[in-house]
Amino acid sequence: MNQVVEISDISKTFEHVQALQNITFEVEKGELFGLIGTDGAGKTTLFRILTTLLLPDSGRATVLGRDAVNEFRQLRPLLGYMPGRFSLYQDLTVEENIQFFASVFGTTLETNYDLVKPIYSQLEPFRDRLAGALSGGMKQKLALSCALIHKPELLILDEPTTGVDAVSRKEFWEMLHHLKQQGITIIASTPYMDEASQCDRVALIQNGKILKISTPDDVAKSFSSTLYGIKSKQRFRLIQTLREYQFAKSVHPFGESVHYADRRGKPDTDELLNYLKGRGIEDATIQMIESTIEDTFMELMEEDSNG
Amino acid sequence: MGEAVIQTRNLTRMFGDFTAVNRISFDVQKGEIFGFLGANGAGKTTAIKMLIGLLSPTSGEGHVAGLDINTESEEIKKIIGYMSQRFSLYDDLTVKENIRFYGGIYGLKSDVLRKKYVEILEKVGLQESLNSLVGSLPLGWKQKLAFSISLLHNPKIVFLDEPTGGVDPLTRRQFWEMIYKASEDGITVFVTTHYMDEAEYCDRVSIMVDGNIAALDTPEELKKSFSAKSIEEVFIKLARGAENDDG
Repeated sequence: MNQVVEISDISKTFEHVQALQNITFEVEKGELFGLIGTDGAGKTTLFRILTTLLLPDSGRATVLGRDAVNEFRQLRPLLGYMPGRFSLYQDLTVEENIQFFASVFGTTLETNYDLVKPIYSQLEPFRDRLAGALSGGMKQKLALSCALIHKPELLILDEPTTGVDAVSRKEFWEMLHHLKQQGITIIASTPYMDEASQCDRVALIQNGKILKISTPDDVAKSFSSTLYGIKSKQRFRLIQTLREYQFAKSVHPFGESVHYADRRGKPDTDELLNYLKGRGIEDATIQMIESTIEDTFMELMEEDSNG
Repeated sequence: MGEAVIQTRNLTRMFGDFTAVNRISFDVQKGEIFGFLGANGAGKTTAIKMLIGLLSPTSGEGHVAGLDINTESEEIKKIIGYMSQRFSLYDDLTVKENIRFYGGIYGLKSDVLRKKYVEILEKVGLQESLNSLVGSLPLGWKQKLAFSISLLHNPKIVFLDEPTGGVDPLTRRQFWEMIYKASEDGITVFVTTHYMDEAEYCDRVSIMVDGNIAALDTPEELKKSFSAKSIEEVFIKLARGAENDDG
């Protein structure tokens, strides 16, 4: 059996909030699987169910061949979990934290040193520093070392890169690729759309529902229309004016350009530029562009809230 | 050229022997959207604290809206807006109470405030939620509300410290449209973010490394001069190998 995680029809409600609605998907052995969604999407609730910390209202999760509800005791030692909030002991040193986690899982730092070495070696200069006094990037590395210390078969990381600068984020993903090569299956969540491309497959999640599951490439390409990037120095007016255009399907600012899709599919771009000129936007340029994961995500969100 | 609303010359801040901000000099123009980037520990927060009057410089000069950061920091606080991701609004007060509270702090008269309620709620799309607790609102709404409240006293400059962390992509864009609108109205927007793609929404971007401004230009020029496809690539080229990794 190649499925490390099998989630089938899981739902969970907290008081009046439906946190998860009929979630179904599978993760294969050795995959680096991304759960992409923003605050409140349901990522943490799902992870807490997979790590046996929370019971689903309905549905079933099988993790590493064990039932997440009935076989939680057998399952826990096989999992490495890094919660979203920094959950190490701030008033213990780096070294004390790692030894504590090792002893809880009945192992030692030395036993699995090869596995954690690429990460932990960066922390060794700060071995005697209190965990609470580390920078964001270093805290993340320590938390990952502690989650790995017992050589888990499945690593579940809840927003490991949130609030960390771009360099540390890049290094963190490089570490995950290294761990994947060692045969560890990884499920990581992130609110950063640009990190989706680091994953083998991603699930887009919003309001407790999975909007789509596929490879990052396929998600990006599944945007339904031809997409154009339109640029002008008058960005605010460009957005407003495009929204008023009778054929506009979607208009979203995207950094230096505005992403535009037209109801007609492939519009007459000269006519569009003329329309903009007539409204006082003389410097606009337009070109056909490839859609990104974020374009698809927004389209699916809009469909979901209209449907 | 336009009118500079932020101006620093050799602005420096030391903590003991450690130079957190090292002789930085830059100008920000009126109505500009200025992205202020840097790795953790690069000196961003220290620089911002000096600009908003919360920390005095060790040496160097700075002017914010024409006021001297060395001698007029109290005046500066009154004419700037500030919004951070971590602390913005009171969760256990209603939308109305939050607006009234901040309006009171900035000394707004009640008839002005009444107009502001309507204006803000329309802008954020929260008409039905005037009496809801802020804690019960989705994060994206909170952030948009916090931004509107930071503009309550018509500041000349608004400082946004990672305003869009954790917000969904649609709401993030609504937020940026509000920023564009503020800029159209002549308000200068000084913004920090960890989302490198967001840097591309700015008119100009500065990148701090080890207390220095390592690069400052329009996103387009930065990408050109570093032969990079994105600001993220520029950032990584500059920030990788920085000395001040604070551990």
